[in-house]
Amino acid sequence: MNSETGIQTKKRKRKNKVIETSVIIALFIILAVILPVVIPAFRLRLVGRFLSLAIVALGIDLIWGYTGLLSLGHGIFFALGGYALAMHLNLQIPEGKIPEFFTLYGVEKLPWIWQPFYSFPVTILALIIIPGIVAGLIGYLVFRNRIKGVYFSILTQAALLVFYNFFNGQQELINGTNGLKTDTEKIFGVLASSPNAQRGFYVTTVILLGLVYLLCRWLTSGRFGRLLMAIRDDETRVRFSGYNPTGYKVLVFGISGAIAGIAGALYTVQTGIINPSIMQVAFSIEMVIWVAVGGRGTLIGAILGTMLVRLAQTSLSESFPEIWLFFQGALFLTVVTVLPDGIVGWFKDYGSPKLRSLIRRDQPLVTYPSLVEDPEVQQERDEIGGRR
Amino acid sequence: MSTLLEGLFNGISIGSVLLIAALGLAIIFGLMGVINLAHGELIMLGAYSTFVVQNIFKLFGDPWFDFYIIVAIPVAFVVSAAVGIILERGAIRFLYGRPLETLLATWGVSLILQQFVRSVSWLLVISLGIFCLLFFGGMQLVKSRTDWQRVKTKAIALLLPLGAAIAIAFYFLLSKNSALSTPWFSSRNVDVTAPAWLRGGTDALGFQIPYARLFIIGLTLLCLLGVYWFLQRSTWGLKIRSVTQNRTMSSCLGIPTAKVDALTFALGSGLAGIAGCAVSLLGSVGPNTGQNYIIDTFMVVVVGGVGNLLGAILAAMGIGILSYLIGSGTLALVLTNLKAPQSLLDFFFFFASSSMAKVMVFALIIIFLQIKPAGLFPQKGRTAEL
Repeated sequence: MNSETGIQTKKRKRKNKVIETSVIIALFIILAVILPVVIPAFRLRLVGRFLSLAIVALGIDLIWGYTGLLSLGHGIFFALGGYALAMHLNLQIPEGKIPEFFTLYGVEKLPWIWQPFYSFPVTILALIIIPGIVAGLIGYLVFRNRIKGVYFSILTQAALLVFYNFFNGQQELINGTNGLKTDTEKIFGVLASSPNAQRGFYVTTVILLGLVYLLCRWLTSGRFGRLLMAIRDDETRVRFSGYNPTGYKVLVFGISGAIAGIAGALYTVQTGIINPSIMQVAFSIEMVIWVAVGGRGTLIGAILGTMLVRLAQTSLSESFPEIWLFFQGALFLTVVTVLPDGIVGWFKDYGSPKLRSLIRRDQPLVTYPSLVEDPEVQQERDEIGGRR
Repeated sequence: MSTLLEGLFNGISIGSVLLIAALGLAIIFGLMGVINLAHGELIMLGAYSTFVVQNIFKLFGDPWFDFYIIVAIPVAFVVSAAVGIILERGAIRFLYGRPLETLLATWGVSLILQQFVRSVSWLLVISLGIFCLLFFGGMQLVKSRTDWQRVKTKAIALLLPLGAAIAIAFYFLLSKNSALSTPWFSSRNVDVTAPAWLRGGTDALGFQIPYARLFIIGLTLLCLLGVYWFLQRSTWGLKIRSVTQNRTMSSCLGIPTAKVDALTFALGSGLAGIAGCAVSLLGSVGPNTGQNYIIDTFMVVVVGGVGNLLGAILAAMGIGILSYLIGSGTLALVLTNLKAPQSLLDFFFFFASSSMAKVMVFALIIIFLQIKPAGLFPQKGRTAEL
């Protein structure tokens, strides 16, 4: 059983890689090429939103599933990305004018924060880098003092509330509670809510989901990934082995924040509006449950979990709005107590062996392989068994 | 001077609400290392029980109505404590040693409690009763068998969906009956009328002091004394303190840690109920009431450190006074009188609203944690986490 040689292992790994790549390509073709043709536009917009949420889930999986940092404040980075793109869209107006809502608050000159967002490349950079830096900063201030576990979670949640209050209060700057509309604005001269633009956003979402997946895959498979898992499993030991976990934690939290920023931008243009309510406490915790349902520590689980939970939410809250909260609460409870490794983890540990033994591709698991292979033992077993 | 005094009083009164809300949380967190995200909802349940008690006393007529609050406090304590025990026995004890998962589970409970308050009706209560009767009654029957460990999973797999299906069927069959299915509270906010002797205020110090605020400060003091007495002077308090310090050792010495956990959780939840009673005097009560307090109370626990009541008191007062002084603009006003530089004034006027004050206070907390990462009074000794 354990006599697999190095070459065999390599072969098996290569075979797995081929399977994985082909599955990804197939999924990509289905999502990016076939789906836009098959389903109606407003459903496509919904799927696009789900997929952009799956991108955040990947980011959360990176820090929670692999590094063991539970962030309850990813709404901040999500919103920062969304606001960056929305600001760019709101600036697609004739020279010398400022967005309409400014006149409501008596603002006549464009605030300096808005200036860089005239340019598209700068906006794209900003919506990745700003959330990344903010996340890195929060992470640095917290991890530097070896604050971890529940303390970290609460602090991120408090940070979320602070950003929520800040964005709500700044009416002269970003229209406060009302938020920024993107549906009525133009991108590259095309109305953002037009079918063509929406299809463009959708395909971009699919492509970016693939890219982010590959990035996370690359990050978690090598030395870096092993270090992240070591931090998750025993941080003190990592420190005693001569590593400084702080830098790694800050880096991975920053990356996760940047990923959330990308997702937020994509979500915003496919929703049509961004306002501070995206930074509500509940939404950020919901992001965690998507990962938990799918299976933390597995990237595919994060995507799967997001799609499943969001689908359940749309179908349930359309017909029975009052049941949805009960259902969501029960989901939190059951996933945590009964299914700690999520759907993918359950399938790996229990479902897949069961399925294999059903279609008889595997030998049944044996506790002492050497006894099974030993002919003398087999003969004795037959004789004793035969006598009975 | 008078402005500063007024600011101080208001700050203390905000701080005492924070403290009474955070007290239970701090005790639970100190003992079990568990953050209970449903704590806010336990506060909300306390507030709703006050509302119910008030409505019952309304039936008795005038002289009695003035004293409903004295009955409401123990009722709120008992209701929240009971829910807390169910929560601990039903979910949290299975997650011992996994604080992050506990966090998520308690969030699930808080969602359920919020929706429960919105849609609770006689029908829902009866259906729940039927489910409990079927499920737990069935489990009791199975338990009497000698081979019950072997059939346990099968029994759960059979009884859980069966009980749920019958209860849900019952619910939908009778949901046409409007007398049974009218929600008790619905999702609108309800108002608790303070008794006559708590309305109004006094002008003792040159500014208005509402009696309700004074009452809350008194209640907080009373709770503090009670908790202090319980933890320091009673046998169970001794056990709680010993488990807080070293769980394994206490267990070896024969202290029933599971019982201590349940008791502490009940105590902490009950304190949340009393906090709800206090909160209901300040404004209307809704299903989301708990959410308004929860993060501030967490900050109290983070700043105060675990395992010391004094830390929680100082942190709550500090946060309360600071956020009032900054948020109401008192600090900015005082600085104007002192002829401070214009840039400093602009800075403080920028933060002079209750939501912007939160931003400032959070920044201060983060700065504070750079100096003392484990809070004001960190746990000491070899077992303390590095």
